[in-house]
Amino acid sequence: MNMFMAINDAMRTALKSDDSAVLFGEDVAFGGVFRCSMGLRDEFGKNRVFNTPLCEQGIAGFGIGYASTGRTAIAEVQFADYIFPAFDQLVNEAAKMRYRSGNQFNCGGLTVRAPYGAIGHGGHYHSQSPEAYFTHTPGLKVVIPRDPIQAKGLLLSCIRDPNPCIFFEPKALYRGSVGDVPVGDYTIPLGKAEIVQPGTDVTVVGWGAQMHVLAKACDMAQSEMGISCELIDLRTIVPWDIATIVDSVKKTGRLVVSHEAPKTSGFAAEIAATISDKCFLYLEAPIQRVCGYDTPFPLVFEKCYVPDHLKNFEAIKHTVDF
Amino acid sequence: MLLANSRGMLAAGRRAAVAANAMQLRSLTTGVSGAADKLTYEFTDKLDLIKPESYESRKAYQVIGEDGKLRQSKEPSLSAELCQKMYENMVRLQVMDHVLYEAQRQGRISFYMQTNGEEGINIGSAAALKHEDVVFAQYREAGVLMWRGFSLQNFADQCFSNADDPGKGRQMPIHYGSVEHNFHTISSPLTTQVPQAAGAAYAFRDAGKDGPVVATYFGEGAASEGDFHAGMNFAATLECPILFLCRNNQYAISTPVQDQFRGDGIVSRAQGYGMASIRVDGNDTIAVYEAVSEARAYARENNRPVLVEMMSYRIGHHSTSDDSTAYRPIEEIESWKETAHPIPRFRKYMEAHNLWDEDKETALRTDVRKAVLQAMTHAEDKPKPDALDNLFADVYTEMPQNLVEQQRELSEQLKKYPAHYAVHH
Ligand SMILES: Cc1ncc(C[n+]2csc(CCOP(=O)(O)OP(=O)(O)O)c2C)c(N)n1
Ligand SMILES: [Mg+2]
Repeated sequence: MNMFMAINDAMRTALKSDDSAVLFGEDVAFGGVFRCSMGLRDEFGKNRVFNTPLCEQGIAGFGIGYASTGRTAIAEVQFADYIFPAFDQLVNEAAKMRYRSGNQFNCGGLTVRAPYGAIGHGGHYHSQSPEAYFTHTPGLKVVIPRDPIQAKGLLLSCIRDPNPCIFFEPKALYRGSVGDVPVGDYTIPLGKAEIVQPGTDVTVVGWGAQMHVLAKACDMAQSEMGISCELIDLRTIVPWDIATIVDSVKKTGRLVVSHEAPKTSGFAAEIAATISDKCFLYLEAPIQRVCGYDTPFPLVFEKCYVPDHLKNFEAIKHTVDF
Repeated sequence: MLLANSRGMLAAGRRAAVAANAMQLRSLTTGVSGAADKLTYEFTDKLDLIKPESYESRKAYQVIGEDGKLRQSKEPSLSAELCQKMYENMVRLQVMDHVLYEAQRQGRISFYMQTNGEEGINIGSAAALKHEDVVFAQYREAGVLMWRGFSLQNFADQCFSNADDPGKGRQMPIHYGSVEHNFHTISSPLTTQVPQAAGAAYAFRDAGKDGPVVATYFGEGAASEGDFHAGMNFAATLECPILFLCRNNQYAISTPVQDQFRGDGIVSRAQGYGMASIRVDGNDTIAVYEAVSEARAYARENNRPVLVEMMSYRIGHHSTSDDSTAYRPIEEIESWKETAHPIPRFRKYMEAHNLWDEDKETALRTDVRKAVLQAMTHAEDKPKPDALDNLFADVYTEMPQNLVEQQRELSEQLKKYPAHYAVHH
C-alpha cells in the first residue's frame, strides 16, 4: 500500500468508527487531487464527505465550528502552500479556543491535512514546508509522517486527539513510498519520536520526506567514513519529544538536524537551541542545520536548493572532523 | 444599446425593510458621493421573507448566436481589421496551447494549462483594454499577454525555464509576467491578485479620462476566496477604476458551480457591493469585446469598478495534472465543444461577412504551428539560468549576510560534486 492509499484507509477507518466524523475540502468529493479521499463519498455519503467552496479560511473556520460541537472534522487544504488564507482561523482561533474560554470550549476534534514539500517541479507554490509557522503557535499539534505505515497510525491519532492537529503529508511520497500497512485500526502516539536506526557517533534528526534523504546520507557516512549515525524521526514536530533527542545526543555528542524549509526560524533552530541548552557539556561539535536556503522555493534550481543527501553527508562529516 | 437586456444592479428603488434598530440607521451616510450617498430605506408593515427562488437570473449579453448569426439588426462596431486581428490571435492561442500541451505530455516541459474554450474571453477582453491598462491575471489568460505582443518565443522561454525567461526560471510554466506589457507576474495562490488590483487602481483615480484602468481576471471558483470580497468592497468604497473580469467556466478543477455558490453566478454579487456589472456570453468574442469596452469606459469616466461575468465552459482538463473525465461526462465536454466553442462561432461570423475563408484558415494554422514549434525548439536549446547567480538574487534588493553565506556554501558544494548538480540532470 502506498501513502495516499494509507491515508485513504485511515480516513475510512475514522469515518467508520466515529459517526460524527466528516471529511471536506476543495475537490474532496471526487477523491481529491491526490486521490486521498477516493471512494469515501460513495461509501459514507455526501453529507459526510463533501466539496467546499474554494476558500481555505472557510475550510478552517467551518472545521473549527463543527468540531466545537464535540464532533470530528477532517479538513483538507489542497496544498500546504495554500494554507495561509486559513492562518488566522488556525492560529488565533483553533489554537486558542480552549485557553481563552478557560476550557469551556474547544475544537479538539479538528484535524487539518495538507500535502507539503518538494516534488521536483513544484516551484514557489507547490513545494513549501510551512510547519514552522504553526510550531510557533501554542495550542496546535503539528505532525508529519515519513511512510504509509506511519501515515495511517499518526493520522488516526491526530483525528482522535482532543487537540486541533495539523497533519502535513509529504506529497513526494504519496505514490513513491510503499509499505505493508496493517489493515486494522491502529494509532501511533503523538509527541513520540522514533529511533529509526540506532548509532553511536552522530545523532541525525528529521521528519517527513526528509527521512529518506537522511537515511541515504547516514548510509553514505557509514560506508565511506565508517561513521555510525543514530537516525531519529521526530514525527510530531510540536509538542516534540525532547527526551529522545537529548538522550541520543548525550550518547553521540553530535547533532545534525535537517528540513526542507528555509533555515532561518525553521524548526531546526528550536531543536538546536534546546539541545545546546540541555546537552552543552556533552557536545563535541557545533550542531549542524541542513535546510532549504533562505529564499523562496525555486523551480529550476530545486536540485541545488534542497538539503540533499550530499549536503547532509558533508554536515555529518563536519561534526566528526570538528 | 449595449445594456438593453440587463437589469440595473444599482436600482435606486430597491430599499430593504429593516425592523427594530432601524431608526438610527435611517440616515447613515456612507461617505460615498454619487449613486448612493446614504443608506436609505423605507419601512413596511409587510413581513416579507424573500426566498432565493424569487431572485431573477441575469441575462447574458450576446451579439452572435451559437449559429454564428447576428442577434441584433445593427452590425457590431468593430472594424474588419480588428475582427481579423482578434480571430488570428484566438487561433494562435489555440495552436500554441495545443503544441505546448503536447510538449508537456512528451515530458519536455513540466506543466501546462490551456485556455481551450476561453479564447474568446481572452482575446475579446484584451482587445477592449488599452496597453497601459495594468493586468492582474489568474493563469488562464495567456491570450491577454499574446494580444499585447508577448511573443511565442517569450511564452516558450518561460515554459522551458531558460535563461531568457524574465522570471529567471523560478516559477512553474505558464506563470508569465511582463512589466513591458503591463501584466503582473502570475502567482499560483488564488485570488490574491484581486485586492492588489484594487490598490493599483486607486493609484489611477486621478489619471484623467485618457488614463489607464486596472483589469483583474479570476475564475468563478477563485471568487469564493475571502480576497474576492476584500477586493470588491475596497474597489467600491474607495472608488477605483477597475474591471473585475470573472471567467465563469463552470468548474474549479473538479468542483462544479453548484458546490461553489448558490447565487446567480458571480454577477449577482455586484449589487451587494453597489457596483456596476454586466453578464456576457464569454463564447461570443464580439459580445465580450463590447461588454468590456463599455465597462472600461464607465470605470474610467466615473472612477468606479465594474464586475463583468463572462459565461463559458472549460473544455480542456484543468491542467496537465488533471483528467477531467473522472468528474464530468464526456458528452458534456463534447457538446460545448461542438455547439459553443468561440473559435468556430467567430469564424462563421467572419465568413458570413467575407472576412475569412478556408484558404486563410489553412495558411494561418500552418504558419502559426510552424512558428510555435520553432519557438519551442529555440527555447529548449537555450541554456538554463545560472543557479549561483539567480537562486539568491531578488529575495531582497541587496543580499543579506545569511544569503551571502548560503551562496558560498552552495558554491563549495557545486565544486565538490559537479556531476551531481549539473543542469539537465
Ligand atoms: C489559495 C489557493 N487554493 C487552492 C488552489 C488550488 N487550485 C488551483 S486552480 C484551482 C481551481 C480554480 O478554479 P477557478 O477559479 O474557477 O479557475 P479555472 O481553473 O476554472 O480557470 C484550485 C482549487 C490555489 N492555487 N490557491
Ligand atoms: Mg472555473
